[in-house]
Amino acid sequence: MQIARETLLRSYRAMRTIRMFEERLHVEFATGEIPGFVHLYCGEEASAVGVCANLTDNDTIASTHRGHGHCIAKGVEVAGMMAEIYGRSTGVCRGKGGSMHIADLACGMLGANGIVGGGPPLICGAALSHKTLRDGGVAVAFYGDGASNEGTTLESLNLASVWQLPAVFVVEDNGYGEATAASFACAGTQKDRAAGFGMPYIECDGSDYFAVHEAAGEAIAHARAGKGPVMLHVHLQRWYGHFEGDAMTYRAPNEVAEAKRDHDCLKLFRERVTQAGLFEDSVLDEVDAAVTDEIEAAVLQAKDDPLPQSADLLADVYVRY
Amino acid sequence: MSKKSFRQAINEALRQEMRRDPTVILMGEDVAGGRGGSAGTPDAWGGVLGVTKGLYEEFGETRVLDTPITEASYIGAAAGAAVTGLRPVAELMFVDFVGCCLDQIMNQAAKFRYMFGGKARTPLVIRAMYGAGFNAAAQHSQALYPLFTHIPGLKVVIPSSPYEAKGLLISAIRDDDPVIFLENKVMYDVEEEVPDEPYAIPFGEANLTREGDDVTIVAFGRMVGMANEAADRLAKKGIGCTVIDPRTTSPLDSETILDCVADTGRLVIVDESSPRCNMATDIAALVAEEAFDTLRAPIRRVVPPHTPVPFATVLETLYMPSVEKIEAAVTATMNHRVTEKV
Ligand SMILES: Cc1ncc(C[n+]2csc(CCOP(=O)(O)OP(=O)(O)O)c2C)c(N)n1
Ligand SMILES: [Mg+2]
Repeated sequence: MQIARETLLRSYRAMRTIRMFEERLHVEFATGEIPGFVHLYCGEEASAVGVCANLTDNDTIASTHRGHGHCIAKGVEVAGMMAEIYGRSTGVCRGKGGSMHIADLACGMLGANGIVGGGPPLICGAALSHKTLRDGGVAVAFYGDGASNEGTTLESLNLASVWQLPAVFVVEDNGYGEATAASFACAGTQKDRAAGFGMPYIECDGSDYFAVHEAAGEAIAHARAGKGPVMLHVHLQRWYGHFEGDAMTYRAPNEVAEAKRDHDCLKLFRERVTQAGLFEDSVLDEVDAAVTDEIEAAVLQAKDDPLPQSADLLADVYVRY
Repeated sequence: MSKKSFRQAINEALRQEMRRDPTVILMGEDVAGGRGGSAGTPDAWGGVLGVTKGLYEEFGETRVLDTPITEASYIGAAAGAAVTGLRPVAELMFVDFVGCCLDQIMNQAAKFRYMFGGKARTPLVIRAMYGAGFNAAAQHSQALYPLFTHIPGLKVVIPSSPYEAKGLLISAIRDDDPVIFLENKVMYDVEEEVPDEPYAIPFGEANLTREGDDVTIVAFGRMVGMANEAADRLAKKGIGCTVIDPRTTSPLDSETILDCVADTGRLVIVDESSPRCNMATDIAALVAEEAFDTLRAPIRRVVPPHTPVPFATVLETLYMPSVEKIEAAVTATMNHRVTEKV
């Protein structure tokens, strides 16, 4: 499939933004200035971006505890995300949610999630809205290999099939749920699980943006055409610990180094598009420079932004009470 | 006897009970940690906060079971195993995750004995972390003990120190009913002297951590430490406080609470769970009903507001009870003047 030049450039920028956002958080977290839990998405950028390049603001996604990448890919504003992570009143959730709860319903982002397996049922509901309201939208659940074992996820696969929902279930399989390997925790295969619920299954290499874009395009087109849900199984590697502070003693010392060497989606993307003569290196370098500035500005701004006020504590528990 | 952290005290209780009784098993997500990982280190974590570290090494995979991320099935499996001969200790990690498996606790484990006409024993322990103070936000900070206390058939334990944690966990494991054992996540590094040998602290027997004549303070878990500090500060101002740590919310040692209120005539309850239908309202009702005539001032509650737990530090600090808020409540109850009815 031919991908438009500006889509490619936008995707490259989104992947670079995620990478730099996360690498910067890794550094900032170590200074102790960032409160709470932070789970980094580095190494998995092509999954979020390859999928979301096939979506518009009218489509809905649900994310996970490892949600920054999905947010950026779906168009949530970087400065607002950074401010949220710093607990500022200018954050997308006004400092009430933090890293694990970034959400922006205006761009179809139903939220990161602190509860593993929290997203798939919500995505059945979002898909039901799209179907009932006939707005042409599709709903996409991102969830991990670990989350694929939750009852909520398995029940959602069934429900989506029974209701023939315009939903796509994206299993982001990075081989681990916390410190436990998927090979230990997941019985059978994702493919057989999809088959068990009567839905089509596609898998792809998550370090290859083009592979994800194509597979997701097919899955989303199927769902959008009213032919029911699809499972998309994306093979990934996570480059940092489960959360910041995890020493990763359960992984062989060379595992991450090899992932960085052989499965760097940004490196692979750049090689592919420059070799094909689609872009000059200098064009991509300009993107990198612009993103560097954007992240720097977001961090400085976040550190400088106002804290929530005491009145905010009681605000927004209900619409009306 | 030596100084041990809250974390070490819990680990030691588990280890000693597992040595004593081969039917005691552990299960949960990453209670060993590292299974199947490329480093081949199947004891990499010992729980997310290292509480079960080293137990896999000693007891192996038949006694320390890492589970997939499937709370409904493994908490249910623990209940099923408990009623059929094992003595499982299942770790739910954050108590907030009970949302994923409440049925197995509330409708299954809690009700077996009564529904089956007294024929079942369910020696199940569910360990979980609770509480705010970690910037863990709304889905990882709740203090859900009132939820469990509400359910007949469950026992609910909230240790307030390392010494308490060891003795109460040993009792929980030896108990033949399902027990919810809640550990405040901010307390794992708190240290105190803890005996090396096993000992059991009985359920339903409150502990008085301070004694004074003016005001009774009832506090739970981490709040006990805050209440003690407030009591020490107030003592310097000439106000004497009795601090009651009920240890268990179910069963609840009502007698000790009523006795102390009868002596002091004033009551402050410190509870970090959401304020509606929590332990503070429960104890206030008890005292209003049973000890109305002994009260010299209205009962005061030091509780968070009726909101989810916020993320930002400024808001979370405002949300939480504190030593200052306890002091203020005690002072207010001391300043109350009874107006004679005409
Ligand atoms: C219901 C629930 N159980 C457990 C957890 C703790 N937890 C947070 S992330 C995680 C691992 C998730 O693994 P996976 O779905 O593979 O996502 P990944 O972290 O690899 O992106 C666990 C167990 C949780 N947040 N919610
Ligand atoms: Mg995973």
